[in-house]
Amino acid sequence: MMMLVAISACAVCLVMALVRTMLGPTAFDRVLAVNAIGTLIILGIALHGFIMERPEFVDIALLYAILNFIGTFAVLKLFSTGSLGDAPPSRKK
Amino acid sequence: MMDGQMLITILSGFFIALGVVALLIGSLGLLRLPDVYCRIHAVGMIDTAGASFIILGMIIHEGFTLVTVKLVLIGVFMFFTSPIATHAVAQVAYKSGVVPVGRNLARNAGAKTTKTSAAKSNGVAKKTGKTESTSRGTS
Repeated sequence: MMMLVAISACAVCLVMALVRTMLGPTAFDRVLAVNAIGTLIILGIALHGFIMERPEFVDIALLYAILNFIGTFAVLKLFSTGSLGDAPPSRKK
Repeated sequence: MMDGQMLITILSGFFIALGVVALLIGSLGLLRLPDVYCRIHAVGMIDTAGASFIILGMIIHEGFTLVTVKLVLIGVFMFFTSPIATHAVAQVAYKSGVVPVGRNLARNAGAKTTKTSAAKSNGVAKKTGKTESTSRGTS
């Protein structure tokens, strides 16, 4: 019962974060909102597993937690240095 | 008459309700606050308070199983990584020149170049912020 309320709240929050992703003025607003969307997706997957009586979905939620962290850092590194660490952009020219 | 199952249900429902409240407040703040740095505050609310309370409610609902161990892993991982992620967002945003809104911050940013009154330096800071945002849009 309470899990249904929580997953509905996750859906509402996801819509709000999606609106912020669409109209964020800078790119960092969008990165931040995508990070929040990832957190809400993790919670939604775990709650869905509990509602459907199959808690094995928690493994997928753990994988999403790791991917969310690494993805945020990859996008931020691309913004700040201009490359993902393979080669400096001055040497590429 | 309150047996153990009912107590578990009530406790997990209470913690999940706390998490839902934190989630809604943080998401509303992400939508309504005026600045990147203010929105980082709201996202920190979602990531730590909301996720931790909902995961705690699920742990209480589940009991001692292997799923509980995985939920604890998710909770610990998110509790340590989401402040790092928001800190990195703030650092990269500050280094790439996003000016924070706010009267005192704008006055300090304007006081380095011109020593004028507060209202005038506010205008200066607003103007510099606008030009920075346009330059960022073109680059």
